[in-house]
Amino acid sequence: MSVQGLTRRVKAATAKRARAPDKGWREFVTPEGVDLQLKVGAYTERFVALLLDFLILFGSMAAFSLVVFGVYAATKAQWLTEALGVVWLLVTFVGRNFYFFLFEARPGGATPGKRAMGLRVIAADGGALTSDAVFARNAMREVEVFLPLAFLFSRGEGVDAALITLGAIWSGVFVIFPLFNRDRRRLGDLAAGTMVVKTPKKLLQVDLADTERSASRGVAFTPAQLDAYGIKELHVLEDVIRVGDRKAMAEVASRIRAKIGWDGPADIADRTFLNAYYAALRGRLESQMLFGRRRKDKFDRG
Amino acid sequence: MAELMLKSARFRAEREADWRRLDALLAKAEKAGAAGLKRDELLEIPLLYRQALSSLSVARSISLDQSLTGYLESLCTRGYFFVYGQRSRWGERVARFFVRDWPAAVQALWRETAVSFLLTVASVVTAYILVRRDPDWFYSFVDPELAGGRDPMATTASLRDTLYSQPDVVQGLSGLSAFLFTHNAQIALFAFALGFALCLPTAALMVLNGGMMGAFMALFAMRGLAYEANGWLFVHGSTEVFAIVLSGAAGFSIGWAVTFPGERSRVDAAAEAGRRAATVMAGVVVMLFVAGLLEGFARQLVTVDLARYAIGSAMLTGWLVYFYWPRRPAP
Repeated sequence: MSVQGLTRRVKAATAKRARAPDKGWREFVTPEGVDLQLKVGAYTERFVALLLDFLILFGSMAAFSLVVFGVYAATKAQWLTEALGVVWLLVTFVGRNFYFFLFEARPGGATPGKRAMGLRVIAADGGALTSDAVFARNAMREVEVFLPLAFLFSRGEGVDAALITLGAIWSGVFVIFPLFNRDRRRLGDLAAGTMVVKTPKKLLQVDLADTERSASRGVAFTPAQLDAYGIKELHVLEDVIRVGDRKAMAEVASRIRAKIGWDGPADIADRTFLNAYYAALRGRLESQMLFGRRRKDKFDRG
Repeated sequence: MAELMLKSARFRAEREADWRRLDALLAKAEKAGAAGLKRDELLEIPLLYRQALSSLSVARSISLDQSLTGYLESLCTRGYFFVYGQRSRWGERVARFFVRDWPAAVQALWRETAVSFLLTVASVVTAYILVRRDPDWFYSFVDPELAGGRDPMATTASLRDTLYSQPDVVQGLSGLSAFLFTHNAQIALFAFALGFALCLPTAALMVLNGGMMGAFMALFAMRGLAYEANGWLFVHGSTEVFAIVLSGAAGFSIGWAVTFPGERSRVDAAAEAGRRAATVMAGVVVMLFVAGLLEGFARQLVTVDLARYAIGSAMLTGWLVYFYWPRRPAP
């Protein structure tokens, strides 16, 4: 390997490391030695997931309480009220303490709120997510959510008020804990050795270089025209074609035509043109890749 | 060049059927769990998963189709969590918890349990001595709401009544025991979670709890009701206080691991202690449920002192044997 090649690699590695924290991508190597590249759940996503879960939890609790109250008001039967009271106590207790546990201990590792946001809980060491870990991370909610809420809603005067304020500040430390560590782990995650990652379910889309090839047959480009762009531009082009917005496609197509000095037939539809260029560019970049050269972007002249 | 099929497109065409098969199987497994899959399908998944992983490696090196690598990454991640994830059934997990995990975790916390127990005993004794000297101390230890009229102002006769009160309807008891259980369990979970703040809040909670007990004991002892009151307390207390001592121990173990992680990193120490303490805590909730039943039913229905002591001691012996009986280490 040439010295220049080595420097480039080191540079690329440092750039990658410097870029990693803000985007939240983490190395996640399976026992088979493949890096799956997981993304840590963003604060907003996790907060929305929590709100959704609380909405479900307290919504169903409120509905249940209404039913209990309705039955009481309708019948006024002593024994029935008593039994319903017991059921109500137990249900609210189980709901508050085990809603998260019961969902996260299932193979999916996610509450309904998390699933809606494409999040799941994983063991930070990559192993199996055990029930004790899930229990630990959710029992910690006691000091992370319910304790600060208790301080928030308690009222007092004089010394009491001062104590409540101090308590609120103290418990606030637990709440903002995830803001101060790289993996955005909350206290419960730390006590359980877990973290929350994004695992969106993706669908296999059509291969743009394959299906529409017949439509763009005959549109050929010279090697010089294909050398105008690199991998980054190819990926942008792929996104533009997949989204399929007419305006954006027209703009991109006209820009590419200008850049490569297109002198072929002018009556080709934008979509056909873009598709043809995408297929040709990908073919060229991929064959370069087979010879060990990844052309990062259009400025990468190697 | 455009006439030829791209290598990456050919690569995809050859393997796509396998990916889709894995996708379908995983979707089925995610919906119904591993139990929803047939034997053959279950055996098929790891093979297909490894194929998909190797496809991902190849795709990263030869294909520039973003959506393809993105899809394979998501597919492999789902496969990974299925293949290496938690798959045992609830029944098995619960059985293993009671047979092995819970007692093992409690045994491992014997030091913290001893500290937590001594702390409780010390605060019981302190409160007892203080209240015996000056009954006004009672109000510093006991929350008036919980005292329910049982304070130094009450007459001896009314205090005796609270020990042997027979509720009119038996139905009233289930409500009482449910309330006691949820109330105590919430406190125990709180003691555990507070352990993270360097043990101190958990210790304070243990002292408060012990102090309250000591103050009550002193109050009844001053009226010559010590034997009766202790029997009243002992029926459920042997289970309940044991559970609270264990929850304190669980809190201490986390706080200790965070403060003094030893040779491990602080994060690893916290995670290890947290999982073990969580196992103890799941059991503590069960213990408090039992204590709630004892408190709600046994205490109110059994009014013979000797029988109360007998039940309390039987429970205590049962717990001690169950937790600390030597077992073979897990294979």
